[in-house]
Amino acid sequence: MDEVIPPQLLQLKGITKEFPGCLANDRIDLDIQEGEIHALLGENGAGKSTLVKIIYGVLRPDEGELWWKGKLTQIPRPANARQLGIGMVFQHFSLFEAMTTLQNVALALPTINLDDLREKLEQTAEAYGLVLHPEHYVHDLSMGERQRIEIVRCLLQNPKLFILDEPTSVLTPQETEILFHTLRKIASEGRAVLYISHKLEEVRSLCDRATILRGGKKVDACIPSEESAHSLAEKMIGQKIEMVEKKSSIEKSGMQLEVESLHADPKQPHGVKLSDLHFHVSSGEVLGIAGIAGNGQGELMGILTGETGSPASGAIRMLSKEVNTLNPIQRRMLGAVFLPEERLGHAAVAEMTLSENTFLTSADQMHFDKRGWINWPAVANFSNQIIDDFDVRTTGEEALASSLSGGNLQKFIVGREILQHPKLLIISQPTWGVDAGAAAEIHRKIQVYAESGAAVLLISQDLDEIFLLSHRIAVISQGTLSLAEAAHEMSVEQVGLLMGMRHDQKSGNAAA
Amino acid sequence: MLRLEPRVSHSSLAAWLSPLLAMLFTALTGALIFMALGKSAGTTLYLYFIDPLTTSSSLSEVAVKAGPLILIGIGLSIGFRAGVWNIGAEGQYILGALFGSSLAVYFHESTNPWILPAMLLLGILGGMVWAAIPALLKTRFNSNEILVSLMLVYVAELLLIHLVQGPWRNPQGWGFPGTRMFPDAALMPMLFRGYRFHLGSVIAFLIPILAWIILSRSRFGYSIRVFGSAPLAARYSGINPKKMIWISLLAGGGFAGLAGIIEATSTIGQLMPKISPGYGFTAIIVAFLGRLDPRGVLLAGMIIAVTYIGGENAHVSAGLPKAVTGLFQGIILFYLLAFDLLTHYRVRFISRTAGAS
Repeated sequence: MDEVIPPQLLQLKGITKEFPGCLANDRIDLDIQEGEIHALLGENGAGKSTLVKIIYGVLRPDEGELWWKGKLTQIPRPANARQLGIGMVFQHFSLFEAMTTLQNVALALPTINLDDLREKLEQTAEAYGLVLHPEHYVHDLSMGERQRIEIVRCLLQNPKLFILDEPTSVLTPQETEILFHTLRKIASEGRAVLYISHKLEEVRSLCDRATILRGGKKVDACIPSEESAHSLAEKMIGQKIEMVEKKSSIEKSGMQLEVESLHADPKQPHGVKLSDLHFHVSSGEVLGIAGIAGNGQGELMGILTGETGSPASGAIRMLSKEVNTLNPIQRRMLGAVFLPEERLGHAAVAEMTLSENTFLTSADQMHFDKRGWINWPAVANFSNQIIDDFDVRTTGEEALASSLSGGNLQKFIVGREILQHPKLLIISQPTWGVDAGAAAEIHRKIQVYAESGAAVLLISQDLDEIFLLSHRIAVISQGTLSLAEAAHEMSVEQVGLLMGMRHDQKSGNAAA
Repeated sequence: MLRLEPRVSHSSLAAWLSPLLAMLFTALTGALIFMALGKSAGTTLYLYFIDPLTTSSSLSEVAVKAGPLILIGIGLSIGFRAGVWNIGAEGQYILGALFGSSLAVYFHESTNPWILPAMLLLGILGGMVWAAIPALLKTRFNSNEILVSLMLVYVAELLLIHLVQGPWRNPQGWGFPGTRMFPDAALMPMLFRGYRFHLGSVIAFLIPILAWIILSRSRFGYSIRVFGSAPLAARYSGINPKKMIWISLLAGGGFAGLAGIIEATSTIGQLMPKISPGYGFTAIIVAFLGRLDPRGVLLAGMIIAVTYIGGENAHVSAGLPKAVTGLFQGIILFYLLAFDLLTHYRVRFISRTAGAS
């Protein structure tokens, strides 16, 4: 062994962290060298987030050692981590919603002069190809835009170790390439990147080494480029997984969702105006709507669910009925179900039990409401059925929604909607922030359900997901929609290009 | 080092033990304070906490005091659960008393047995009318219900004073502000001879049970909870936000109005400039002490009533300063909040060196 070992930037030895009822990290060893891009792979609950929180000083380990540049170190709080030169972009953003982009960035930096900072911010954002508006308030921004703030804020601190938790979920392929370019540049400067992602193809193309966690333990380490995405996924989950296969020919019948000349004004400042949208979804078909965050997906979802009232003009027909003025309950009674992007606080109530969350959308469809009184035993039965059928790992229907991991809660929510046997399924970002195992399962369930004759509208910023599930694909950009085309006739690059332009469906042309 | 960690599951037993433990610890702390004041701890504690519960007449007094606190507390807890902050129960209480009493003022010789039920209904209506103002302004113009409802308290107080000094003043009252005494038919029946315990107190004790059933079993109660904890999820499930705001405020106003007219027709028997010792505000504390649960509100209303009567006892018999009542209510609140915290979190001792070696 006379290989030259590159200098160790960070070394973890036997890191152990226990939470009430859960051993999140069990004697984990990890070493990160200068100049490398190191992947941390693992399912939800594998302990990745706990481990990076320990590195970043958010949590303290119960046992174990942390060595920084060959010296035994303690990182009691994030400020110490930043001092050492550790920067982090969290999966769950730490931004103040009532403040602007610029103010949020200013909070993390010692500089107070906002004008200098604005200039620096714009320069950095541009250098890394991230579009940002310094004066926009965070509460009006999409998840994708919020993440860009976090990335730029972190880059401004010039870190030696740059930790990113699922950073590409909301980027276009082109933007992802730019980010990767940036990350490779950072690594070539002798800095290290710790990259957490469930997108195995990305890990393969970007990362030099990978450490794989499962159930709080380090189970494997490998060089991702020598593995296939499939073999990486299996290492991560610890068992063989069934990959989803899409049928190329589908039997279409009956239009279940038709949208014609839909116009809608934004309900919030800086919202996106929807102009002249046309599309339809038939039984047995999945229509994918791709697009970068903040291009009107949220507004479209609100108009389709009926949560934000009626559109300014145009028609929405669900199951052959015009629903423009119907409320969400009336739309559900026609046989439609909806699944918004945000899990906690929108699709589910964090501090309520799973059963109570079941009732949230199934009250009328499943006849749990008996003249204003709730049949709780029946709700509990249905909840248990969801838990069984969708393999939700939880202590039972009495568990609080907030106690479930993201993947498990999402499985529960998808199950709640599918088991109501809708004819039309409208879903947004079904696997955002969900681990590969749960994502694969959710994808399979959606696909099987579509094949059984339901119409599915899938709004997603994840192109892998769009291509995996959709029969036809349209792209939403600046509140306009491209003509839907057969998925097998489209390439990732084509879709990527469509993401950057305004569309005019009448002429069939896209105008830049 | 001490640290709080969220508990994975909260035991409902602990949630129920916490008010009891709070009482116990308050008594122990009280004993120390009494000894420091040079009084016998045992005797004073007895006067304060036990004596109000020993004689049937003081029990009756506790129930009479607790009644309005419980009624208003129930109405407020519905609104607070929905995240609608009605701070103006005091004004709604006064308007309830005004609306209901109008019958007794204009038909002061009535012997019709239906006058009392009609007054109660008018009382509820009066509270609702007063609460409808912030509801209308909030749903129409998105104005802040805290400010509007609070300011309407002062309007209500002035309206009451104007009426009892002006148009409604008792012609045989030697110029004192106040209406005629209500006719017998317009008075709450006293249930036991020699005690002030009345039919209204019975109503006040039954309402929490009804409210509990409705909140835990009905879709309405569910909607209130969803709307309060996750407005977006409420909209997603088809709950109409404006309807929730209206219902929350009308419930708060209706119960406060009922409490007002019950008080006017029972212990007072007329309208005067001062018909409430601040029940509408104290009930806010009762609602939160009871953790917005009707069962808790029932208990909290009793506790506040006991400390009130006990404080008077201790003042008269043991010569303790009147401020002790407020002190005790503060100590109870402190312990209750502390035990509540411990049902949601546990304290862990961790060594400072963890993570270093």
